[in-house]
Amino acid sequence: MIEIKNIYKNFNSSKILKGLSLNIADGETKVIIGRSGCGKSVLLKHIMGVLRPESGEIIIDGKNIAKISSKELNKLRMRMAMVFQGGALFDSLTVGENVGFTLYEYSKLGAREIEHRVEESLSNVELCGIQKLLPSELSGGMKKRVAIARALCVNPEIILYDEPTTGVDPITADSINELIRSLHDKLKVTSIVVTHDMKSAYRIADKIAMLYHGKIIAEGSAEEIQQTNHPVVYQFINGLAKGPITETIDKCI
Amino acid sequence: MAKNIISFAHKVGAHIVYYVDYVGALTRLFFKTLYWIFIPPLKGQRIMRQAFIIGVESLPIVSLVAFFIGVILALQTAYQMQKLSSEIYIANIVALSIVRELGPVITSLIVAGRCGAAITAELGTMKVTEQIDALETLAANPIKYLVVPRFLAFTFMVPVLTMYANLVGIIGGYLICVYRLGIRSSMYLNMTFDSLQIKDVTTGLFKTLIFGMIIAMVGCLEGMRTEGGAEGVGKATTLSVVTSFILIIAADCVFTAIFYFIFP
Ligand SMILES: Nc1ncnc2c1ncn2[C@@H]1O[C@H](COP(=O)(O)OP(=O)(O)OP(=O)(O)O)[C@@H](O)[C@H]1O
Ligand SMILES: [Mg+2]
Repeated sequence: MIEIKNIYKNFNSSKILKGLSLNIADGETKVIIGRSGCGKSVLLKHIMGVLRPESGEIIIDGKNIAKISSKELNKLRMRMAMVFQGGALFDSLTVGENVGFTLYEYSKLGAREIEHRVEESLSNVELCGIQKLLPSELSGGMKKRVAIARALCVNPEIILYDEPTTGVDPITADSINELIRSLHDKLKVTSIVVTHDMKSAYRIADKIAMLYHGKIIAEGSAEEIQQTNHPVVYQFINGLAKGPITETIDKCI
Repeated sequence: MAKNIISFAHKVGAHIVYYVDYVGALTRLFFKTLYWIFIPPLKGQRIMRQAFIIGVESLPIVSLVAFFIGVILALQTAYQMQKLSSEIYIANIVALSIVRELGPVITSLIVAGRCGAAITAELGTMKVTEQIDALETLAANPIKYLVVPRFLAFTFMVPVLTMYANLVGIIGGYLICVYRLGIRSSMYLNMTFDSLQIKDVTTGLFKTLIFGMIIAMVGCLEGMRTEGGAEGVGKATTLSVVTSFILIIAADCVFTAIFYFIFP
């Protein structure tokens, strides 16, 4: 259970999150949608404890992540994983070392065992035989998939995906959606997925939440969101150039 | 007029705040690094990799510069000493200047320019591409993983490189004096070793220990707080070298004064 209670976050003078609250139940796949630059990636980083809110709390399994010791936080992070928007692969390490990073660092598994796990994770995202390559030798979509493999390698209970299907071809995108679904169905993994791709949002989501002006303005199942009569959500999911979202921007200018 | 004075005071104040803040951040990073050194596991392999980059790969440039410094120092000293017809003292002056001052400072400045800049660029790139955030999410502490190995490698390798630079510099002076200025080889060596006391060597090396820490801390701090893409990395790298240079020279001044006045 992840509870986000009324968090505020400013960067310099711009307020990005303004009293955001959101609950994610165990085993749920929550899709977060919202315009570019509205703070979705910032929200995910708050859940991982990389960024700290100005006020408000984030409670994961009853533990306030701002209050627990760094040791406890790391213990929690061992059960979580995040796929960064840009991949954030370590470019001084090979693909194999990237994917097996946590295992090489912390587990007592032998090298053979780890290599096996790495291979398994990579095959989940339809990559094989690239363990010896460096991230700089990969294409953008491959980097994204390696980043997903790195998140899967530790068998986490909670996975945060920042735009997992952006920049990959439609077939791979579908298999990534398939993967997220099967993790949800078979392993009861809790997933939080940020995406702009409404088609995959409808496919994978238990619940869709829309982030707008620093707050969650609507939340519901795929059907509920599709049948919304909230004008902002309506404009967003239908990708309309005219509507309340763009009007407020015009006003700002 | 009054407005100008106020805005001037404002600027000065802002600078002072900036430097106090900077020294604070540096000190905090230093203590955090010390703390994490003693939290196992300490991976030797990572330290050795950094030590190799700092030590072995700096050998050519350090050799070259140290050798020339030795030669230049001998020639410049000879210019004065010949007027006083006391050429035999060239050996003392060369040895003492190099071991007490030039060896440590020149080596540290080279390492700051070469490796301090490199770690800032590396960590800065990691910061702006979110790799440092990713480390945290993988339950790896960035200080433990990135700063500690570099800190230990710099602290160890800068003194080692300095010893080597001292030797090469003295050889440079020796070659000029023996083969160009006609000083007897045995005489030169005797004068060199007679003039050098243990204290001269240890104070020189002690300073480099501090300089090594300064380079590592400034390099890592600038890297870890880089912001703003490729341009930010460029700026951070420049700032890292400039700050290291200033702090090395300032620390040198302080320690030389301490050694001079308190432990003469
Ligand atoms: N480290 C930072 N320092 C300053 N501002 C930041 C920082 N990180 C994010 N921001 C600002 O916060 C806002 C939200 O950024 P965020 O990356 O969360 O957007 P996003 O919703 O993920 O957008 P996208 O869909 O394009 O990825 C942006 O306006 C950005 O300028
Ligand atoms: Mg984003």
